[in-house]
Amino acid sequence: MATIKAAIPGVFYRRPAPTEDPYVQAGDTIVPGQTIALIEVMKNFNEVKAEQAGTVAGFLVEDGDEVSIGEDIVELKN
Amino acid sequence: MSELLVHRGGLHTTVQDIGRDGHYSLGIPPSGAMDQYSYRVANMLVGNPDGAAALEVTYVGPRIEFTDDRYVAVTGAEAAVTVNSEPVERWSTLTVRAGDVLDFAMLTAGARPYIAVSGGIGVDSYLGSRSTYTLTGLGGFQGRALKNDDRLPLGDDSVAPPTVGSTVPEKLRPTFPEVATLRTMIGLCSYRITDESMREFTEVPWKVTKDADRIGYRLRGGSLRFVDRKVPHGAGSDPANVVDLGYPIGSIQVPGGDEPIVLLNDAVTAGGYATVGTVVSVDRDTIAQTKSGDQVRFEPVDLDAALAARRDRRERLERTRESLRR
Repeated sequence: MATIKAAIPGVFYRRPAPTEDPYVQAGDTIVPGQTIALIEVMKNFNEVKAEQAGTVAGFLVEDGDEVSIGEDIVELKN
Repeated sequence: MSELLVHRGGLHTTVQDIGRDGHYSLGIPPSGAMDQYSYRVANMLVGNPDGAAALEVTYVGPRIEFTDDRYVAVTGAEAAVTVNSEPVERWSTLTVRAGDVLDFAMLTAGARPYIAVSGGIGVDSYLGSRSTYTLTGLGGFQGRALKNDDRLPLGDDSVAPPTVGSTVPEKLRPTFPEVATLRTMIGLCSYRITDESMREFTEVPWKVTKDADRIGYRLRGGSLRFVDRKVPHGAGSDPANVVDLGYPIGSIQVPGGDEPIVLLNDAVTAGGYATVGTVVSVDRDTIAQTKSGDQVRFEPVDLDAALAARRDRRERLERTRESLRR
C-alpha cells in the first residue's frame, strides 16, 4: 500500500487550526498538491501536500505526535 | 547570464559564509554556516577561496538550475543528490552546464546539506559578510531564505578547482551518531544550578525539540534544580534569572530548569538567563547536523581541550585539502 511520508521532522497536525475540521478524513479522495496535514518545526507550520492521487485509508500517526523524516504518516489505497 | 534559477527554495535555504564577526556588541550575531567544516570543504571542492558564500540547506533541499558552466559540490547532511535526475556523488567536485538542474531527495541523516558553486554566491557583502541573518532581514539574498523563482547572482568564476571527480574520503566526512556529543565548557552561571543537577546535565541525553533553528536549539530530557538565593539587585525573580550578561555563542541557558536552549549562529546577544555552559565552537558543527527528534549529550571539557579541538578541525581541513587531486 502506498504511503505519504514526512519530509521534515516536527509536530504533526491534521487541522489548519485547533477549532477547524481536519484537512482530510479516512475515505476521502485526494489529488496531487492537496494539503493533507501540517508539520510544525522551526516556529513554522509547514503544509504536507499529497504527491499522488488516491484515497485515504487511514492516518498512521495521531494529531500532535512528533514525526521524523521519512516516517509514514498516511496510508493510501488506490 | 550567470545566475542560479531557484525552481524550489526548499524549507529554509540561506546564503551563508564564515560569518559576520565583530558586531556582537551592537546586537548583531555572526550568522554564517552552522556547520563550518562541511561549508569550508564544499568551497575547497569547487576551488573557491575559503570565505566564499555558499547555500545552507535545512531538512528539505532546493531545486536549482544553472545558467552557465560551473563547478558545484554538495557536502554536509546526507540526502541523495541528482543532476538532471541522474544520481551524482556528494562530497565531490562536479561540473554543470547551462540548463542543468540540481535536485535533492529526502534527507537520510544529518540536518543541513551545503551547496558550493564556483565563483560563490554573488550577493552584496554587508558589514564584511554575505551571510543571511533572517531575524532582522540583513545580509544574504534580500535578508531571507530562498523562495521559489528567485534568481541568485553568482560571482566571477576564475577558480582552479580540484580535478573533476575528486572526492573527500569517508574518514574525513562528519558522522551522524545516534546521540551526538557536544563538548562543553561549564560556566558562566553554573553556580545557579545544584551540584547534583549539574551532574544530571552532563549525564542525561537531551532530545532536540521542534524549536530548533539557527537562533538556538531547545532541548528536553532532564530537570535541573536551582540553588536557593536572595535575588540580587538587577536580576529577575525567576530562579533562572541573573543580572543581564552577554550570551556567548554556543552558550546554554536553562529557563525553567527543564528546557535548555543552546544559542547558535543567529543568537540573541544578551539577556538575563543563567548560562550553565558553552558548547565549544567546533562542536557547533555537530549540533548543526542534529534535527528535531535527535539526541545530544554535553561532555564537560576545559579550555585546553576546547582549543585542541579547534586545532584538530584545522588539521582535518588541511588533510582534506591535500586529499583532493589537482
